[in-house]
Amino acid sequence: MDKTTVLSKKPLFLGLLFLLFILFAFLPLYGSVYSVILVTAIFMHIVLTVSWVIFSGPTGYISLASAAFFGVGIYTSAILGKTFPLPIVICFGALTSFCLALFVGALTLRLRGIYFSMFTFGLVLLIQQLLLWYEVNITHTRGRFVIVINNATIYYVMFAILAATILTAYFISRSKYGLALQSIGEDEEASAHTGINVTVLKTIIFAVSALFAGAAGAIMATRWTYIDPFIAFNPLFSFMPVLMAIFGGMGQFYGSIIGAVIFAYLQEMLITRFPYYYMLIFGIILVVVILYLPGGLVGLLQKWRKGDLAEKHANT
Amino acid sequence: MIVEILDIVIAGLLLGGLYALIAMGLSLQYGVARVLNISHGEFIMLGALGAWFLFGFGVNPLVSLAICGPVTFIIGFLLYRTVFTRLRTSSASIGAYEGSSMLASFGLLFIIQSIALIAWGSGIKGYTYLAFPVNVGGALFAANRLVALAFAVFLGLVFYFFLVRTRLGKAIRAAAQDPATAGLMGVNINQVLALCFGLGAMMAGFAGLLISICYPVNTTMGLEYTIITIIVVVLGGLGSIPGSFIGGFILGLIGSIVTYLEPGLSLAAYYVLFMLLLLVRPTGILGK
Repeated sequence: MDKTTVLSKKPLFLGLLFLLFILFAFLPLYGSVYSVILVTAIFMHIVLTVSWVIFSGPTGYISLASAAFFGVGIYTSAILGKTFPLPIVICFGALTSFCLALFVGALTLRLRGIYFSMFTFGLVLLIQQLLLWYEVNITHTRGRFVIVINNATIYYVMFAILAATILTAYFISRSKYGLALQSIGEDEEASAHTGINVTVLKTIIFAVSALFAGAAGAIMATRWTYIDPFIAFNPLFSFMPVLMAIFGGMGQFYGSIIGAVIFAYLQEMLITRFPYYYMLIFGIILVVVILYLPGGLVGLLQKWRKGDLAEKHANT
Repeated sequence: MIVEILDIVIAGLLLGGLYALIAMGLSLQYGVARVLNISHGEFIMLGALGAWFLFGFGVNPLVSLAICGPVTFIIGFLLYRTVFTRLRTSSASIGAYEGSSMLASFGLLFIIQSIALIAWGSGIKGYTYLAFPVNVGGALFAANRLVALAFAVFLGLVFYFFLVRTRLGKAIRAAAQDPATAGLMGVNINQVLALCFGLGAMMAGFAGLLISICYPVNTTMGLEYTIITIIVVVLGGLGSIPGSFIGGFILGLIGSIVTYLEPGLSLAAYYVLFMLLLLVRPTGILGK
């Protein structure tokens, strides 16, 4: 690749990004109600996936706590939604998730590998069971109704959360903290010896990544109108971000976004019509990707492009 | 009072026997084959629904043991040979393999569960077998639960002696300690690991069948049992087979006590125990 193409690529990319932004910013004005709802759901999955990747991508810690952070956001919104205006509710949802993640992170991040995954998954189920018990035995209700907000507002709020998530992820990955996280992923002990405060960094980034999941939960609750512990703390919200990120490829920043878009679209298309077949297809894709595409879609794309380049060089 | 305590203890042992059997299976899969098999519960479901399906044709559930066990064994064995052997050889490190094999087993969970849902639907299924009450020192229990406990303990012991006394069991233990060296000593490592995975699936199939004798079952029951199994395995020490056996009974007793005190909190108590255990003693009671 020569110099001119490198230089001319950046404005093109920014232009494309701007075009996409305009396209999505005015969607509720020209799109159908269904398309607004669909894009909101896709945005939600991107937020969950990217926020998962912020922490788990570089460090290699497979967190299964996404559903807990998301669910905490949902419940915060359900409890506070009737008394506070929307922006405050969303901030509260994000902050509650942040605090939970800070607490859990400080408690568990010395657990390595598979133990960390198990603990975070246990957390989701524990909160679910405790809430269920609380609702059945103390308040004698099952679930809650959430105040309804129009679709366009939900869409714009989710759009804003999405933008914040992607920008944060981008800046973290480009900063020295991103590098530090990556070195933790490569070799935790060595990076501790180079002067990185491993525990503090891991805890803070883990908590920051939970902010966005919590905010997304707080706004999605208003879309669902009725929630109970099984809806809010559905373990599927823990698995989905992991699978979407792996499917897209975690080596590149945009990989997880592509994975989330494709999977979320497939999900919205298939899940209402063929729920069982959707799960089947989902499982098969997951196994095939893990077996044959360890780099995900983006890895495949890169390999294919590299192969293409190598061929060109061989010919000349 | 005495009868109440007896009631709780026996109920705990009955539950614990099933947990122990399931956990031994996962312990084998994780301890030797290094797969934290999230789809373990799906094999339990296959065993349970297999027994229910065969019962519809008038097959005695205890006879179905001889059918469901081998079938789940073959499925597990083939899955290991096709999916996990490839993953193992292509992974850079044992840590990377543990992560990716866990995620692959998530995929298997979705595949097996949705096939079962397509085949059998999501309704609750049950049948009655040996449901008459038996008096144990004043406490009343259904005969089927005592039969299930007896079989669970019997199968667990048979399996333990298989590991300790036979040549193949020795190969498995060698592979658990150091796969590379075991391979150099002439153990066909791929075959042995696949065998372990298959045996683990078989234990799950047996346990599922015994569960279906006692409780109603459905196609989405798997994940809950998987989680309980993981808790038992961590409690006993990851990879320790006697630990899993003992851990199963301990968790069964705890479950029974909590259910007696506050029925809604038994699962929550499991998770609290699990998380405390991970924080305080992640190696479990019998771990190294």
